[in-house]
Amino acid sequence: MRKSFRAGAVAMLAAAAMLTAGCSGNSGSDNGSAANDPNQKVELTYWAWAPNLDKVVEVWNEKNPNIHVTVNKQDGGDPAVTKLLTAVKAGSGAPDLIQAEYQKIPTLVAADALADLSGTEANETKSHFPEGVWNDVTLGGDALYSVPQDTGPMVFYYRADVFEKLGLSVPTTWDQYAQAAKAVHAADPEAYLGTFSSNDAGWFTGMTQQARASWWGIDGDAWSVSIDKEATQKVAGYWGGLVEEGIIDNKPMYTPEWNTALNTGKQVGWLSAAWGPGVLSGNAGSTAGQWKVAPMPQWDAAKPSTGNWGGSSTAVTSQSKNLDAAAKFATWLNTDPEAVKALVTETGIYPADTEGAKSALTEAPAFFSNQPDFYDVVGDAAQSVSSFTYGPNVNVAYNAYNDQFAKAAQSKQKSAFLDAVKSMQQVTVEDLLQTGFTVK
Amino acid sequence: MAMTVTKPGPAADTAAGTTRRAKNFKSRVLIPYAMLAPGIILFLVFMAAPIVYTLVLSFQKKKVSGLGLGKGSQSQVFAGLENYVSALTDPEFLGSVLRVLLYGLILIPLMLGFALLFALLLDSRRTRAGSFSRTAIFLPYAVPAVISSLLWGFLYLPGVSPFHFLARQFGVALPSLLDPNLVTFAICNIALWGGVGFNMIVMYTSLKAVPSEIYEAAKLDGCSEIQTALRIKIPIIAPSLVMTALFSMIATLQVFAEPTTLRPLANSLSTSWSPLMLVYRDAFTRNDVFSAAATSIVIAAATFIISFLFLRVVQKRAFGQEN
Repeated sequence: MRKSFRAGAVAMLAAAAMLTAGCSGNSGSDNGSAANDPNQKVELTYWAWAPNLDKVVEVWNEKNPNIHVTVNKQDGGDPAVTKLLTAVKAGSGAPDLIQAEYQKIPTLVAADALADLSGTEANETKSHFPEGVWNDVTLGGDALYSVPQDTGPMVFYYRADVFEKLGLSVPTTWDQYAQAAKAVHAADPEAYLGTFSSNDAGWFTGMTQQARASWWGIDGDAWSVSIDKEATQKVAGYWGGLVEEGIIDNKPMYTPEWNTALNTGKQVGWLSAAWGPGVLSGNAGSTAGQWKVAPMPQWDAAKPSTGNWGGSSTAVTSQSKNLDAAAKFATWLNTDPEAVKALVTETGIYPADTEGAKSALTEAPAFFSNQPDFYDVVGDAAQSVSSFTYGPNVNVAYNAYNDQFAKAAQSKQKSAFLDAVKSMQQVTVEDLLQTGFTVK
Repeated sequence: MAMTVTKPGPAADTAAGTTRRAKNFKSRVLIPYAMLAPGIILFLVFMAAPIVYTLVLSFQKKKVSGLGLGKGSQSQVFAGLENYVSALTDPEFLGSVLRVLLYGLILIPLMLGFALLFALLLDSRRTRAGSFSRTAIFLPYAVPAVISSLLWGFLYLPGVSPFHFLARQFGVALPSLLDPNLVTFAICNIALWGGVGFNMIVMYTSLKAVPSEIYEAAKLDGCSEIQTALRIKIPIIAPSLVMTALFSMIATLQVFAEPTTLRPLANSLSTSWSPLMLVYRDAFTRNDVFSAAATSIVIAAATFIISFLFLRVVQKRAFGQEN
C-alpha cells in the first residue's frame, strides 16, 4: 500500500516535471520577415468585439489588397483575454491582432502575449493621443504594446428637466454634487442623484483617477501598490459619507431595477463615460431629450481633471509572424481620418485620436439632440484625463473591489468604505507577493 | 464478425496449436476489449485525463521574476502541498462551505418533503387531472437554472417586483429577499422551484412499480389511504428516497448558477459565496488555475466522502431487504 503510494507520487512528480518543461517551452516568434516583401500577400486575423468593426476593416481590405485582415468576433474583453492567454500557453492559436482593454495590457504583457511595437511605424503615433492614454499602452516605459483605439473620459449626465424643476444648478464641485444629491432626495424620497455601484470596479477606478490616484507603479525592478493612499481614501470616504447619509443609492448599476429607475426618473443623474449615450438610449429610451451632459464635478475647480472608464486598444500578439504589417494596420485603423470617422459611425466608439475625434464628432448623438455642444463638453473632458498606471493583477484588485465594496455598500457606513479600500490594498499586495513579484 | 483463417503450412502440428491459442486469445481478450474500447477511450480522454491534469496543476504554481513583464519572466514551478494548505486554511473557502451547508440544511428537507408529498398525492386513488399536475410540477425542471434565476431575480428586486408593487398598494413594505440575511432563502426558493419536479418524478415512478396486490391486501385489512402511504408506500420506495437525497446533496455542494446569476443584482452575494464560485473566481477572474485545481480536488474528495458516509449510514435501512 505504502509502496504503491510512493510509486504513484513519483509518477505524479515525473508528470509534473514534464508538464512544467512543456509549458515553459519556447513560444517565441520571429517577427516581421514576411512583411518586408511588399508584393507578398499577408493574411492577418483580428480578435475584436466592438460591434460592426468588420465594416471598418472592409475599407482597409479594399485599399490594401496585399494585407488582408479578417475580423474574428469575440464575446467581450474578458473571454478574449482568457482565450489569448490559453493560446499563448499552448504555443499556437493566437491571432495577429487583438482588441485589448487598457487595464488588461499589463496582464497580457506579463504573460508575454503582446509584441513590442516600438520598432514599427506605430511608434510614430504618439502625437495623436492624450498623454494619459499613451501611458496606458507603454506602461510608462520605452516599449509600445498597443495602439489606442477608444477611450471613456468620464462626464456627468443629468436630467435637465428635473434640475430645472427643483431649481438646481449643475454641480461643478463634489461639495455641490452632495448638496444637489440632498436636494433631489429631499424632493422625492425615492429619487437619487446617483448610486454607488459595487459591481463596477472600472467606474470607481475612473473616479479615483480623477482624484489623481494611480494604483500601481514601477520602481526599478519592483511594483508598488498605492490603493490605500490619500486620493482613493478621499473618494471612498466621500461616497461612503453620501451612502451613510442616505442621499445616494447603494444598489448596483446595470440591474433591471436601475434601468427602471433611469426610465422613471428615480435616478436623476449618472456619472459615466463618453459612451454613455448608447447605454442611456438603450436602457432609458423614453427619456430622450431630457438629459444633458456636463463635466465631472471637481475636487479642485482650479485644476479640472477626469478619469477614464472603459476604452480599448489594438495590440499585436507575440505569435504574429507579420509584426510590421499588423502594426501598419493598427496604425491606420486608429489614426487615419477616414478609419476614425468609420469607427465613429459604424461602432459608435469615442476615438482616442484627439484630432480624429474632433473632426469625426461634429453632431451630438440623437439621444442628446437637445444639446448641440455635446461633443465639445466630452472633448474637453478627454483632454483632462489624468495619468493612471495599471499593474499586472488588475483582475485581482477589481475582484476585491466587487466583494469588499458590496459589503461596504450594504452596511451603509463610511468607515466600512475606508476598510474596503484597506482590504483591496492588502489583497492586491498579497497576490503579487505570492506570485513572486517584488513589491515596494 | 470476420475471422482470418490460417492456412495449414508445413509444420502443421505446432501451427494448429498456435492458431487455436491465437483464436483463443482473440475471442477471449481482443474482441471484448475492442468492444469496450470506445467506452474506455471516452473515459480516459474525458474523465481520467482531466482529473490527472487537475491533480498535476494542483501541485504547481506560477513564479515571477523581476517586474514579470516580457519574455521568460514567468514560469511554472512545483509547489508541493502549498495550494492545498492555502485552500484548506482560506477563511473564504471555509465561509463558502458553511454557507452551502446552511443552504443544504434548508433546501434538501423541503425539496424532498414536497417531492414526496406530490408523488404520494399523484399516486393516490382520488387524484384528478393527474397527468396535467405531473407535467405542471415537472416543468420548472426543464427551465435552465440561469434563466430561472433571472426570472426570480426580477421578482425579488423591490423596484421591479410585482409582489412589492402590490404590497405597496396596500401600504405594506415587504422586506427584500436579496438582503444579506434573507438571500440564502431566495436561492433556496429558486432551487426548490426547479428541483421538486425531478425528485417527484423519480419517486412517482418507483411508486408506480409497486405491485397493486399489496395495496389490495392493505385495503382488505382496513388500511386508510394515509396509513397505506405511511406504512406501505414510503418504506417500499425508500431506495429511491435515498437516491434522490444523495443526488440533492451532491447538487447542493455544487450550487453555482443561481448565486452567480443573482450576484450582480445586489450587494449581498460575494464572488466566493459557494465553493464552486470560489473555484471559478480563482481560475477565470484571478487567472490562478493552480489554486482553483487544488480547491476542486478538495471539493471532489469531500463530495465523495460525504456520499460514501451517507450511503454507509442509510443503506442498511433502505436496502436491508435486498441482502
